[in-house]
Amino acid sequence: MTSAASRFVNVGERTNVTGSAKFRKLITAGDYAAALDVAREQVENGAQILDVNMDEGLLDSEKAMVEFLNLIASEPDIARVPVMIDSSKWSVIEAGLKCVQGKPIVNSISLKEGEEQFVHYARKVRAYGAAVVVMAFDETGQADTFARKTEICARAYKILIEQVGFPPEDIVFDPNVFAVATGIEEHSNYGVDFIEATKWIRENLPHAHISGGVSNLSFAFRGNEPVRAAMHSVFLYHAIAVGMDMGIVNAGALPVYDDIDPELRDLAEDVVLNRRPDATDRLLAAADKFKGGKQEARVVDTKWRDQPVAKRLEHALVHGITEFIESDTEEARAAAERPLHVIEGPLMDGMNVVGDLFGSGKMFLPQVVKSARVMKQAVAYLMPFMEEEKRLNGGAQRSNAGKILMATVKGDVHDIGKNIVGVVLQCNNYEVIDLGVMVPVQKIIAAAREHDVDVIGLSGLITPSLDEMVTVASELEREGFAVPLLIGGATTSKIHTAVKIHPAYERGQAVYVLDASRAVGVVSQLLSKEGGAPAYVADIQADYARLAEQHARAQEDKARAPIAAARANRLQIDVSKVAPRPSFLGTKVLTEIPLGELAKFIDWTPFFQTWELKGRYPEILKDEKYGEAARNLFEDAQAMLRQMTDEKWVEARAVIGFWPAAARGDDIVLFKDEGRSEELAVLHTLRQQMARGKDRPNLALSDFVAPEDAGAPDYVGGFAVTAGIGEEAMSQRFARANDDYGGILAKALADRLAEAGAEWLHAQVRREHWGYSADETLTNEQLISEDYQGIRPAPGYPAQPDHTEKGVLFDLLGAPEKIGLTLTESYAMWPGSAVSGLYFSHPESRYFGLGKIDRDQVTDYAARKGYALADMEKWLAPVLNYDPNRAQKIAAE
Amino acid sequence: MTDVETTIRKLASERILVLDGAMGTMIQREKFSEEDFRAERFKDWKRDLKGNNDLLILTQPDKIRDIHLQYFRAGADIVETNTFSSTTIAQADYGMEELAYELNVEGARLAREAGDIAAKEDGRPRFVAGTLGPTNRTASISPDVNNPGFRAVTFDELATAYGEAARGLLDGGSDMLLVETIFDTLNAKAAIFAIEELFAERGIRVPIMISGTITDLSGRTLSGQTPTAFWNALNHARPVSFGLNCALGAKEMRAHIAELSRVADTLICAYPNAGLPNEFGLYDESPEAMGELVGEFASSGLVNIVGGCCGTTPDHIAAIAEAVKGKAPRKLPEIAPKMRLSGLEPFELTAA
Repeated sequence: MTSAASRFVNVGERTNVTGSAKFRKLITAGDYAAALDVAREQVENGAQILDVNMDEGLLDSEKAMVEFLNLIASEPDIARVPVMIDSSKWSVIEAGLKCVQGKPIVNSISLKEGEEQFVHYARKVRAYGAAVVVMAFDETGQADTFARKTEICARAYKILIEQVGFPPEDIVFDPNVFAVATGIEEHSNYGVDFIEATKWIRENLPHAHISGGVSNLSFAFRGNEPVRAAMHSVFLYHAIAVGMDMGIVNAGALPVYDDIDPELRDLAEDVVLNRRPDATDRLLAAADKFKGGKQEARVVDTKWRDQPVAKRLEHALVHGITEFIESDTEEARAAAERPLHVIEGPLMDGMNVVGDLFGSGKMFLPQVVKSARVMKQAVAYLMPFMEEEKRLNGGAQRSNAGKILMATVKGDVHDIGKNIVGVVLQCNNYEVIDLGVMVPVQKIIAAAREHDVDVIGLSGLITPSLDEMVTVASELEREGFAVPLLIGGATTSKIHTAVKIHPAYERGQAVYVLDASRAVGVVSQLLSKEGGAPAYVADIQADYARLAEQHARAQEDKARAPIAAARANRLQIDVSKVAPRPSFLGTKVLTEIPLGELAKFIDWTPFFQTWELKGRYPEILKDEKYGEAARNLFEDAQAMLRQMTDEKWVEARAVIGFWPAAARGDDIVLFKDEGRSEELAVLHTLRQQMARGKDRPNLALSDFVAPEDAGAPDYVGGFAVTAGIGEEAMSQRFARANDDYGGILAKALADRLAEAGAEWLHAQVRREHWGYSADETLTNEQLISEDYQGIRPAPGYPAQPDHTEKGVLFDLLGAPEKIGLTLTESYAMWPGSAVSGLYFSHPESRYFGLGKIDRDQVTDYAARKGYALADMEKWLAPVLNYDPNRAQKIAAE
Repeated sequence: MTDVETTIRKLASERILVLDGAMGTMIQREKFSEEDFRAERFKDWKRDLKGNNDLLILTQPDKIRDIHLQYFRAGADIVETNTFSSTTIAQADYGMEELAYELNVEGARLAREAGDIAAKEDGRPRFVAGTLGPTNRTASISPDVNNPGFRAVTFDELATAYGEAARGLLDGGSDMLLVETIFDTLNAKAAIFAIEELFAERGIRVPIMISGTITDLSGRTLSGQTPTAFWNALNHARPVSFGLNCALGAKEMRAHIAELSRVADTLICAYPNAGLPNEFGLYDESPEAMGELVGEFASSGLVNIVGGCCGTTPDHIAAIAEAVKGKAPRKLPEIAPKMRLSGLEPFELTAA
């Protein structure tokens, strides 16, 4: 286009039944789908405004105008540009104005029926919010000469501005383009008259625009497109130069002025500008020479047609193009094993792309609805093939993929989204039973029962609907339903579904459906006849469990205290009650601990739990449900334990140690000697961060040790005990004998022995090695219920969930060298039948759960330990009160 | 220009005006039962009435008046009547089409009474904006994808319904009319058309406020228009204010308000939700947080009228009023007269 043309607005004329024979045929035949393609092509070719004209004698023009404009409204590719509602009948124009949400242009009104009628129409146009084209036409007829054109336009302008209050910038004058080169001499100057009138209007009627139906100009050369196009181009070139800024032209067919064959251009220019008396004859004489000459090819982007068929289907779905859908679907079908695979493969893939684009705001609703239509056509094409397959197999194929009940819940009246989902499902061969809006739960249940539906879909837009959906879910549960329950609508969310609806409906599965485009994917997986449903449901459940956990974590979020506040609320022990010095400092190794001695300390309750026998020992032996199994197991265990002890299948060893210690903030510093001049190591502890009042402290293990400045020398102990030396060889013997039962039993007993070892050892420590409870005498039951002073918390357990602290402890104890107990890279102890931990002796020391902790503490803790924050977060993942990935993102912003 | 419009424009040139907050949120707090919604008058009504918030105008008038008063006392210059769904079309869901006119008259009257009480208390003028909601139907979207040419409601049906509602709102004493939460511009055009006809019939004119809603991440209305396309389609109403409300919180609304602020040569009005609804449908942005966000709109010169939509309370309005206090109102831009049309996207004729 030349620079002049860039100031000029193309109005597509191919959706004009008077300007396009093709369009007229399509409209009279009722082929609106093809008619829409014409409109789309116009917009793709650069039409900035779309002229719609249905003035055809045989048509109900009003109805056709309404129908076509409504259809355009559903086509975002077309509807993005404004419409020109073009008719010579006011009733058609008004019908059109009621269908357009944007600001259109009316084409046209005029003074033909007198001033009063003109004012009436103009006021209406304004009330409908449109701009207007005013034809240079008055009570006496159409303006042909420069004088008439300018006179009528000036009069109309005055009326519009002064009487109607019409904004001048919204007025477009059409000073009439008439045919030239008709052989009638009076017509020869029509082109010039138009161009000069254009110039005058521009100069004298501020802000008004000039338009014209350009194709009239070349009416004499019907059938010779190259000549017509050249005339149009030349005419526009000169008219635009003086201010014509709008025209009804077929943009795709308009050659660029400079590209016209110079000979043809000169001849056309002579005619249009009326430069010589014989101009018409000369052009007529030369016309045949240019007929069928090179024409600009229509520019339609067809590159996507070169892609593989799956990509083409995706493109068609994303762009809502139905033109090739049947041939593409056929191609995909021919390549697929079964027609159904085309749906479940490339078509669903395409719909998922649509869903993703919609979800990320790159597509919007009308486009998605269009995609659904393309999908439907593809499915419709495949239907006969699937029917045929069914006939041949005689099997139950997709005669009807499933029955879906849909309802907008009680109290909610919004159903647009639900309807879309319904249609999308129907497109995919599901039978949809739509109960409409404000549907009470009883009605949903009755209908679900009556129709024996496969899936129930609930929709809601307003917030109270969320609760109603929970109600429906609980009622379905109560009524014994087990069909999947789809949840959708603007206020619904995956998290709400996971946390509130899913738990209310245990028998069935509640599934959140993000949007209509996902509905088919979800339903087809839920109802998959090829066995994928259980796995899909399992995925959903895992996802929801994860979400629910995250949510629970987020809930605690609000209750967290800043670490500084938690520290201020620490436990302040009575330092006068600090325990005496242990009987030795440093470490001590115990080997060949008598297994028979340890066996007395076994806590059997966890042993039964290992075997999924639920109950406490010894009551479980008499349990109605588990009693018999428990007794048999217990007998076997006792027998094996005796053998184990007698034959020394495993050896129990331990290492314990005591060090001078003092609390320093949340850490415990260990010293090399009692002078406490040189630090040996630092034990790091974590502090509870739940919001608490003064009455309940925020605990950390360091609170149980006297602070550095307390003037009370304190001590901390550590231990590692294993009953697993030889455990591996023992397991292998059972494995070689294919005795799984024996193998598991032996390992479970070794575990118990290790735990018993820890209990036995702790008692030894209290009475002898540390000796702060020298006269303690407790039964095993009292030991199990921890009726003693002091604790032995283990890293990796509730009071200190950080397993890496085992590394510090093991170094202090020298456990690997001294008793052959090592740590894996995950800080698991090896052999596995082992227990380790710290000893705290203060009477106020107690077991506690850390709970969730916040980023402030984790950052500080990582720094204290010399870990990178991300690594620390990995180790502390189960107790983090935040999502580290999200926190990182927020911090980066 | 009408007297009210002159007054509003004068006030708006001096300071940023404050609109009220959510009615629905305040009503939810009252936890009205089905019986409360019915009261004596509708005790035998055949359908469930709980959720028909507009009906409370007739069944709990004192509560509704009190909510208006709370907003006025919190600092609102303008309150919206509780008539969001008081059209024959929206009330059809409850079989209460016949009540539409009465709801509008009484809804306006309650707000007017609250305004008079508040004005008497502190001498500041108070205004009532008669609310015309979007209805629950769309004039330019088909509810049936198989039949995209189908429309569940026509322009004429909408215009009739809006005309009746507007008539009631004016009869009840509204100072202005507010066409709000527009998700389909064609619905709003029908409202404007009906209002203009009413003005012509009565030979009067009251200021029109227009407020659309951008519903999703694409930055468009439900019916697919961009903010500027939306403005181009409705500026023939010569609205005293134009802007956005609802769907998004202040943070997400900012870019769209900024766009309108650039292109619209009238007062800009923004009343966002208290943040985005959380997963449980609650809006939990605090008054302070919202005051800060809306205050920033004011500091950046984007707005002339501010308020709150879903989830906001008198506390939010008080915080917003405080946040915009003393801040200069947005200056109306000079927009060169050009032909500006729109489809889903705006179109400007650059020549001329």
